[in-house]
Amino acid sequence: MINLHINGQDHAVDVDPDMPLLWVLRDKLGMMGTKFGCGIAQCGACTVQINGVAMRSCVTPASAVAGATITTIEGLSTNGDSPVQAAWVAHQVPQCGYCQSGMIMAVDALLKTTPKPTDDQINAAITNICRCGTYARARDAIHDIAQA
Amino acid sequence: MNKIVKLDRRSFLKASAVAGGGLMLGFHMPTANAAVTKDSEINAWVVVKADDSVLIRVAHSEMGQGAMTGLAQLVAEELDCDWSKVKTEFVDPRLNITRNKVYGGMATVGSRAIRSSHEYVRKAGASARVMLVQAAANRWKVSATDCTAKAGVITHTASGRTLTYGAVAEAAAKIAPPKDVTLKDPATWTIAGQPKMRLDMQEKVTGQAAYAIDIRLDGMLFAAIAQAPVFGGKLKSYDEAAIAGAKGVRKVVALPYAVAVVADSYWEAQKAVRGLPVVWDNGANGKVSSASIAKSLDEGLAAKDVPVARNDGDVEKALAGAVKTISAEYRVPYLSHASMEPMNCTVRFNADGTLDVWAPTQNAEAILSAAARASGLDPLKIMVHLTYSGGGFGRRGGAAPGDYVDQAVAIAKAAGAPVKLVWSREEDIQHDFYRPISSAKMTAALDADGYPVAWNTRISGHSILSTQNPSAIKNNMDQGFLVLFHDNVYDVANVKVDYAMRNSHVPVGYWRSVNHSQNAYFRECFLDELAHAAGKDPYEYRRKLLQKAPKQLAVIEACAKAADWGKPLPAGQFRGIAQIDGYGSYAAAVVEISMNADGSPHVHRVVQAIDPGYAVNPDSIKAQMEGSVAWTMSAALYGEITVKDGRVEQGNFDRYRMLLMNNMPKVETVIVPSGGFWGGIGEPGGPAVVPALVNAMLAATGKPQRSLPLIKRGTTSV
Repeated sequence: MINLHINGQDHAVDVDPDMPLLWVLRDKLGMMGTKFGCGIAQCGACTVQINGVAMRSCVTPASAVAGATITTIEGLSTNGDSPVQAAWVAHQVPQCGYCQSGMIMAVDALLKTTPKPTDDQINAAITNICRCGTYARARDAIHDIAQA
Repeated sequence: MNKIVKLDRRSFLKASAVAGGGLMLGFHMPTANAAVTKDSEINAWVVVKADDSVLIRVAHSEMGQGAMTGLAQLVAEELDCDWSKVKTEFVDPRLNITRNKVYGGMATVGSRAIRSSHEYVRKAGASARVMLVQAAANRWKVSATDCTAKAGVITHTASGRTLTYGAVAEAAAKIAPPKDVTLKDPATWTIAGQPKMRLDMQEKVTGQAAYAIDIRLDGMLFAAIAQAPVFGGKLKSYDEAAIAGAKGVRKVVALPYAVAVVADSYWEAQKAVRGLPVVWDNGANGKVSSASIAKSLDEGLAAKDVPVARNDGDVEKALAGAVKTISAEYRVPYLSHASMEPMNCTVRFNADGTLDVWAPTQNAEAILSAAARASGLDPLKIMVHLTYSGGGFGRRGGAAPGDYVDQAVAIAKAAGAPVKLVWSREEDIQHDFYRPISSAKMTAALDADGYPVAWNTRISGHSILSTQNPSAIKNNMDQGFLVLFHDNVYDVANVKVDYAMRNSHVPVGYWRSVNHSQNAYFRECFLDELAHAAGKDPYEYRRKLLQKAPKQLAVIEACAKAADWGKPLPAGQFRGIAQIDGYGSYAAAVVEISMNADGSPHVHRVVQAIDPGYAVNPDSIKAQMEGSVAWTMSAALYGEITVKDGRVEQGNFDRYRMLLMNNMPKVETVIVPSGGFWGGIGEPGGPAVVPALVNAMLAATGKPQRSLPLIKRGTTSV
């Protein structure tokens, strides 16, 4: 059994220790907001926060994050109105939306350590792939939050 | 959809089941305007609920392009309902069978969601409004002409009495629909034409938006697949013993061209299928390579006696007598779609002989047909649940034999349980229907003033029809492959366009902007070469050649103005410009770049203009234009699918690279709707961006870039 502390709740899961956190979340716990995009930590659709740090859950073995504080998109806010989510709505960032959970989690983690990121800091930290091309709006939304 | 936003997954499934059941009742009702539930269905598009909220049905797919919101705006505009109380739901594609195509074509391709359905969805809204007003008039025993409707409230003008839509909906549903309705002048729109927020936004920032890949069913198993790596190959044998006893593995399912593993989780299935030794029969194409395909296309550029699509004047004569001729060959590679949501399909055979299917799609009717074909069931026994699609970009416009729906049906049948099949990213990129490879040889003759008097174009490339609709090919001609050339609007006296069809075994298909994507690059970059040779400003050069094309001229002028064309740029920065027409719209782009030390471009700013006729949601249009920049820049900078030993070499985003945040330029969009026509939005925006970018490189370096991608594999990042 692996004990996972996700969004403030404890979950004991009986899975292979190598099973990536992504698949524990999706297939074992039914938390579907975290997405599968590539499986090799390239696209970032699977981004969650481990102790507040953005991590790509598709390559993070569940056993490696036992006991850590795991936050997924479902746990980011109670009413879907965290600063990043609110800015995302105000700027109408998502299109298809599939990559957005991961990008929002990555941005939220960035702003925790760097509340007023420069463009270069945004570029370095936000490496999520969005095929719809929402990058420009995402950048504007991040700067808006920083100025708030 | 909106109505499921606050439900958890299990409740969502229950709600879906109820909705499905409710809709199924609809088949048995004798008329389209009968009420199907206690909510009142005014017509096939509009349901008014007793709480005064309005449910608008959406027949097209929502894959990010905003059609769900835009279509609802058009219905709501004519309905005169309260926009804040509008919800939407996707239709059950079976209703299009049982209700005599009431939803028109559901295929969401060719930027057509709004441009092909605006009239009937607006009529549906207007018709429902007439019925609701009539119901109120009947209640008051007054004439409907003495009543008005606004924001979901009907008012009897003389007495000031009011009734809400919800109060009269049940009665309205029983009124015969009007034979004809008058649609509003778009100049008077208050809901349509406005930058309304997307109806799917809150779900998409909270992880609650339901995609097909997110479906969960009781007893559901997970499948991963390995498909024959060489297109057209077949499964020969596999060694199941090698994965015997693997944790979570339930079953191995052999398909003629693939092998799948069914397990308790997707990861277990994926791990097992990767560990399964498989022997493939590669068929006749195991030695095809990018080099052999390129050779075939090059031969096509020089081939004699190929079919001619356009022949104005006498090109050969004009070229022979020209003051100056210029010739160039341009080349583009195959490209993959790589939608963020990989191909997937969930199938459940039910005890009562019915089937449930979930799949990301741009064409619910194609999913229904494929599921019927694969299962042998009557389509009316199959419920295709429409969800949001995590991208589409043309990959999901159909469901070809052997593609994801057929696979999932076969696997679920073999497994004897509901199964969710998910393709790995590698399967997704290596089993696509690719943007075709193509080459163009163009030769032009310039007059003494430097303007073209002859323009000869030979296209040699892989016909999309050869995969998608071979019977439509007559005399080796695929007219669509020559778009922007056979209908080139530049005023040139002698024009010839011909086509050497050169196909390979690689399956090709519709990739966002389709043949405009490569032909805009060919045409607009070659035109810049002509302007460059003539020593003329490329914008003014185009203006001169567009004097007989007022729409194109107006949009490029709007773009140039917004982009400050002609004003000095900082040292080291350069501009390029291009314009196209397509998908019913007109678009132009100006791109500002500087050159990196490694010879690659750094894009600072993109300004685009679009004339879509009418602008149903200006913010959605801007979003599509911005997205088109990222889409086409990924392709122009990095996009290249190559073939070795008959199979695609790239497998994931490490080798099929995408534009990221760091290279996304600032994008400004000017919308110049000239009215009188309905153009598309999703695809017209991209094609002009690539040539504008490459033309900026010509301005910067004096050298044309005649092949894409601009950055070859293995070079350092920019």
